[in-house]
Amino acid sequence: MKFVDEYRDPAAARALVAHIDHLAGDDHFKFMEVCGGHTHTIYRHGIEHVLPSTVELVHGPGCPVCVIPMGRVDDAIALAETPGVIFTSFGDMMRVPGSNGTLLGAKARGADVRFVYSPLDALRIASENPDREVIFFAVGFETTAPSTAVTLLRARALGVRNFRVFCNHVTIVPPIKAILDSPDLRLDGFLGPGHVSTVVGNRPYRFVPAQYGKPLVTAGFEPLDILQAIAMLLTQIREGRCEVENQYTRVVRDEGNPRALAVLAEVFELRPHFEWRGLGFISQSALKLRPEFAELDAELHYAVPGVRVADPKACQCGEVLKGVIKPWECKVFGTACTPETPIGTCMVSSEGACAAYYNFGRLHREAAVTLGRTR
Amino acid sequence: MCLGIPGQITELMDEHEHLARVDVSGVGRVVNIGLLEDERLQPGDWVLIHVGFAMSKIDEEEAQLALASLQMMGAAYTDEVQALLSSGSAFDARPGRSA
Repeated sequence: MKFVDEYRDPAAARALVAHIDHLAGDDHFKFMEVCGGHTHTIYRHGIEHVLPSTVELVHGPGCPVCVIPMGRVDDAIALAETPGVIFTSFGDMMRVPGSNGTLLGAKARGADVRFVYSPLDALRIASENPDREVIFFAVGFETTAPSTAVTLLRARALGVRNFRVFCNHVTIVPPIKAILDSPDLRLDGFLGPGHVSTVVGNRPYRFVPAQYGKPLVTAGFEPLDILQAIAMLLTQIREGRCEVENQYTRVVRDEGNPRALAVLAEVFELRPHFEWRGLGFISQSALKLRPEFAELDAELHYAVPGVRVADPKACQCGEVLKGVIKPWECKVFGTACTPETPIGTCMVSSEGACAAYYNFGRLHREAAVTLGRTR
Repeated sequence: MCLGIPGQITELMDEHEHLARVDVSGVGRVVNIGLLEDERLQPGDWVLIHVGFAMSKIDEEEAQLALASLQMMGAAYTDEVQALLSSGSAFDARPGRSA
């Protein structure tokens, strides 16, 4: 594990932290990591507690399960309970509460809800069950949307007539813009998402420095990747630069994956607006099937309730997703809301800030409190 | 679903269907490589797999890092690997064919 050791080398981490401390000086900086995978790394490795107190990380909206609003979960459950339907979903979405329970609950009541790993699994189920109607619950950012697009193209090419997609794909740029426009939070820069950027590339983020004057550094998922990206953000600020940089050059290319982008453009178009949990309605922030694919669109084929449902009052996922509060500052965190009995989405997904903090981060924080190093 | 699973291509199977066999932690599985058509993938190449599709070509170093991360991340991610490994013949949707 030579490579792994290099990226987790404590001496290298200490040197980077000292460099970050030096760059930050006496000023205070607040950076948002957009991606749930980064949040996970940060809590898993206790990065918040090795950073100097001058550098604060806040968690962003880049958890695809977390941002699905309750109304869409209700729609999914209504589709799942339609007679004759086999409803297929990624495992993460099965435990997300709507206003009246979860997909798992619907399954327990008799609905045919099946866990799939890939949209192609759902298409196969449709091929094998020609007398049933199969719906795939599509969620995710641009990391997973191309897979749904390819599956839809394949369904059309094969003439599978009993397969449809309930599309909830979202795009990464609009929520970043919404957060920058929000008066709640003053940020000094962003750690750009890793895997989404393998698809979209680095160019879509150029508005962040150009229009908002904030630097953005696309980062990898290793502890040293995160520390290095923080150092790159501070270096930009200290040198008077403000641009999009790529720390994760091992995987991310500036132009992204052109073929995946082409497939997305062929199959999907932007919705005029879409509701995000915690962030409200954001215009042109989600994907729907183009009219040429109307036959495959579950929302057009079935009567979907489409009712907007407010989040439970006790749940503060919205504030967590906007980075306004930390998970442990939520009133129900760790008491009424745990990974076993989640109230909010951020506690369901392993990429959610609350679940990551519950599983890993609080141990580091408790240790830090014990050592008198909390903040 | 956002964390990629690294796999090493062992066999290009069906060029038209864009299928390849990959080795994931010692287990062979079939994935769709159509989104990396421009990379001209060959056996021995490493890819990051998201929901059954190879989404980016990576080098061995990145593959080791990604694998180590998965192994550290606990049940949620071992579940993801398990889901990939158990999805079996998922990657050919035509009736009566298994990949």
